Amino acid sequence: MTEKIVIIGNGMAPGRMLEELFEKAPGRFDVTIFNAEPRVNYDRIMLSPVLSGEKCYDDIVIHNDHWYASHGVTLHKGARVTEIDRQAKTVTSANGITAAYDKLVIATGSLPFIIPVPGHQLPGVLAYRDLADVEKMVEIAGAKGRAIVIGAGLLGLEAAYGLKRQGMEVTVIHLNPTIMDRQLDPPAAYLLEKALTERGIDIITKANTKRILGTDKVEGIELDDGRVITGAMVIMAVGIRPASSLAKDAGIAVNRGIVVDDGMMTSDPNVFSLGECAEHRGICYGLVAPLYEAARVLADRLIGGTSEYHGSVVNTKLKVTGINLFSAGDFAEAPDREEIVLRDASAGIYKRLVLKDNRIIGAVLYGETADGSWFFDLMKRGTDISQMRDTLIFGQSYQGGSPLDPMAAVAALPDDAEICGCNGVCKGKITTTITGKGLTSLDDVRAHTKASASCGSCTGLVEQVMALTLGDAYNPAAVTPMCTCTELGHDDVRRLIKAKTLKTIPAVMQELEWRTSCGCAKCRPALNYYLVCDWPDEYADDYQSRYINERVHANIQKDGTYSVVPRMWGGVTNAAELRAIADVVDKFEIPMVKVTGGQRIDLLGIEKEDLPAVWADLGKAGFISGQAYAKGLRTVKTCVGSDWCRFGTQDSTGFGIRVEKFMWGSWTPAKLKLAVSGCPRNCAEATCKDIGVICVDSGFEIHFAGAAGLDIKGTDVLGLVKTEDEALEHIVALTQMYREQGRYLERIYKWAKRIGHDEIRRQIMGDPEKRRAYYDRFVFSQTFAQVDPWSERVSGKDKHEFKPMATISYNQAAE
Amino acid sequence: MNSNWMTIGRIDDIPLRGARCVKTPQGKVAVFRTAENEVFAIEDRCPHKGGPLSQGIVHGKAVTCPLHNWVISLESGRALGADEGSVATLPLRNTDGELSILLERRLEAAE
Ligand code: SRM
Ligand SMILES: Cc1cc2nc3c(=O)[nH]c(=O)nc-3n(C[C@H](O)[C@H](O)[C@H](O)COP(=O)(O)OP(=O)(O)OC[C@H]3O[C@@H](n4cnc5c(N)ncnc54)[C@H](O)[C@@H]3O)c2cc1C
Ligand code: SF4
Ligand code: FES
Repeated sequence: MTEKIVIIGNGMAPGRMLEELFEKAPGRFDVTIFNAEPRVNYDRIMLSPVLSGEKCYDDIVIHNDHWYASHGVTLHKGARVTEIDRQAKTVTSANGITAAYDKLVIATGSLPFIIPVPGHQLPGVLAYRDLADVEKMVEIAGAKGRAIVIGAGLLGLEAAYGLKRQGMEVTVIHLNPTIMDRQLDPPAAYLLEKALTERGIDIITKANTKRILGTDKVEGIELDDGRVITGAMVIMAVGIRPASSLAKDAGIAVNRGIVVDDGMMTSDPNVFSLGECAEHRGICYGLVAPLYEAARVLADRLIGGTSEYHGSVVNTKLKVTGINLFSAGDFAEAPDREEIVLRDASAGIYKRLVLKDNRIIGAVLYGETADGSWFFDLMKRGTDISQMRDTLIFGQSYQGGSPLDPMAAVAALPDDAEICGCNGVCKGKITTTITGKGLTSLDDVRAHTKASASCGSCTGLVEQVMALTLGDAYNPAAVTPMCTCTELGHDDVRRLIKAKTLKTIPAVMQELEWRTSCGCAKCRPALNYYLVCDWPDEYADDYQSRYINERVHANIQKDGTYSVVPRMWGGVTNAAELRAIADVVDKFEIPMVKVTGGQRIDLLGIEKEDLPAVWADLGKAGFISGQAYAKGLRTVKTCVGSDWCRFGTQDSTGFGIRVEKFMWGSWTPAKLKLAVSGCPRNCAEATCKDIGVICVDSGFEIHFAGAAGLDIKGTDVLGLVKTEDEALEHIVALTQMYREQGRYLERIYKWAKRIGHDEIRRQIMGDPEKRRAYYDRFVFSQTFAQVDPWSERVSGKDKHEFKPMATISYNQAAE
Repeated sequence: MNSNWMTIGRIDDIPLRGARCVKTPQGKVAVFRTAENEVFAIEDRCPHKGGPLSQGIVHGKAVTCPLHNWVISLESGRALGADEGSVATLPLRNTDGELSILLERRLEAAE
């Protein structure tokens, strides 16, 4: 018979324990979990990025429903265990579920401590512990106003920062004279306080809360000294206590937490305890790294092993974007201790090491924390540092003579050096997993080793190890920032623009903390596109953020003149159009007329000042801009089709023109070229276009993700549809999906590779509702986009673009 | 006399984070206005292959050339980053929004 394990609490600690268990002894146990929260196991550490809007719940799920199903785990969500019957070996939940166990694991975590001041039960007084708390905070934050955070520890400050990012005013109240006093010494606390104040967070220290004001909801607080601060919510972040009452009621030995031995066993040999609720050698831990170490030991014990947990040394990092802070060990002053301090005021750097008997026993780093893991490693090992004492504070790269670059510093780390503190992953484990499993991406490394999969602050180190192991084969593209003005990648920026309803470039730069005052030539055009795409009716296109071609609606040439390409719908023209072109060429003495690869005519070598006049004449003949310069719809090439060709199956020319007339003027992440061929002989070369159509007897075969530029790639089939109307709807929907998801300058084929061709087929071919919604959004944005830029400029728009500001003659200059 | 300050127009004639060009006997001059309302005048010729800098994207106190993306400092005229080269900068005066540039003296002699 399989052994029955019941777990109370579905937090991070038992989650890790189960992973170890299923790896070591798959199928051996029958596991049942009770969770008071109505959900799966998620990364509690990452609640702060969820609160600030930098991540969403889906991003932080550790085990999804599929995971439980595939390991045969019964998970009771929203089921709080209220009773343990150690005689009958059963547990029972508040909603009446009873389960029998052979082995029981109590992993109930902690309870946030709520100070019982008057008013503490008012709605709007919140703790900061789980997703429900975050959801309530975000809800109240929607109405803006002020949030008051009591407690300037790790959690309180992360909550304050998150709420600030949600657009609230924030005041933090702290009892002691300096903030984060459990982790920081006063100088580091001062720097941190300054940085937070600069981010607009008010901090009041040496302040004790007397009562919370309000009648039926929070209206503010009153301090001991009589000061009153008004606000719409109060977050209590003053500490946690182990959730041990359930165990106590069952007669299990409890001190502060549930007492366990080195095998994580409680006073009952069939009952174990793990996580923040457990007390090991007198210590209750409140960070994941030690809990994960204990989780490994417990997994081993459950399968009959003899591992022992001996306690852990911990370190802390604050997850506030742009603030680097590291603290570990004991840094109080004492006569038998020495310290080494390094400050760089202009760079805002403070580092302090506390030594005892030539060994590091504490470290506080602010502003520059790259050496944190190295100091921590020396501290845990108890390494004698007397040989390198003089240069120790400068960090690892200064050891051994000449300074090393960061890569060399990582290369120099021994295999057993810890890279990921949360998950206890050492360098050797990462390198051997990469080579053993042939991993190439950061996500893979996270999945297989867990390195950087929790709080993420060691991501840079992990990437350096990857780069060292894989050499040129490592392509960190997945996490590349948009440009040097920001740390965020394109996808994050796009998501945050939507999530935070950012509608101007300055708003994006402010809210997403751009490092430059007004961006650069890489990010500005990208942001302008994202905003045009996401808020077609509200965003005022910023022409100064467009590349010159899109700003003046012509292509700049190497000599500073411009070329002009009018639209020639589907590549079809007539005598009147050709005559008008001929006249313009004569009138403006245009030096070159060329048939393009896109089935139309290019007029090259036009002076900028002449452009409006050239367009005026072309406009009279009915021409509009061919947008040969646009990250937008360029051409729709066609062949002669059923009207003329003996093999033609459908009216490819007519359909191509219809598509071009429907889609012209739309902006896309990169240029968009289409073609329609009348039969599989494919004379319009549709199978190397962004989107192509091959007409067949039974309808229209839609292709996508081809390329014939820097890369050559045949298209893939999206699907076959029967009518022209359907074909149009599918093409338009696909384009809109790409518009909404593509990264700036990413052609369809690259986007599709990233998203997955099947996913695109699923949404466009398999989900009519989604397809229709994409289609409708495209049509809506076209009402603002389909304005011919040439005629606008003929009527005077952006006049300044086409005229010099002044012309100074020789005489004037010499006057 | 011999002050060669030439009035070229008003600051509002140039869009914020934009540029205009001025034709002069010593070649085209690009006049920039930054987001912070500072103005700069430099030769309208990229040190790389002569691209018209007045057509580039203006960011901070720099412009990115439209032809091959060199970034040129508006203050010093020097190429930033790994590229090497520089263009001439011209003295520019802003008197209550009226802009004038100082052209080179030797033009006088040339006349
Ligand atoms: C005029 C034309 C060549 C011709 O004389 O036929 C042309 C001219 C230029 N192409 Fe092209 N391409 C032209 C058809 C093509 C084609 C053929 C086609 O569309 O069927 C391709 C390959 C198909 C494709 O795009 O996959 C093509 C692939 C490129 C690429 C490579 C794009 C890529 O993603 O790999 C570039 C470079 C880029 O966009 O970054 C480029 C860029 C350029 C630029 C815009 C270079 C530049 O940035 O200044 C040239 C502008 C000249 C001008 O001022 O008019 N051109 N270019 C063609 C204009 C078509 C039109 O009517 O709009
Ligand atoms: C906002 C925030 C930020 C943090 N940041 C960091 C960080 O940067 N680094 C770090 O190392 N740590 C951090 N922590 C701490 C870390 O999240 C915890 O140490 C860790 O989650 C504890 O894991 P656990 O499994 O013991 O308990 P938990 O993850 O708290 O899980 C306990 C679960 O048990 C459930 N439960 C309780 N009682 C019952 C019952 N009777 N029946 C059924 N279910 C029950 C609870 O609902 C809960 O879901 C942070 C915590 C928070 C809240
Ligand atoms: S192939 Fe295209 S980009 Fe290259 S020179 Fe010819 S027109 Fe220019
Ligand atoms: S001409 Fe300016 S970058 Fe090449």
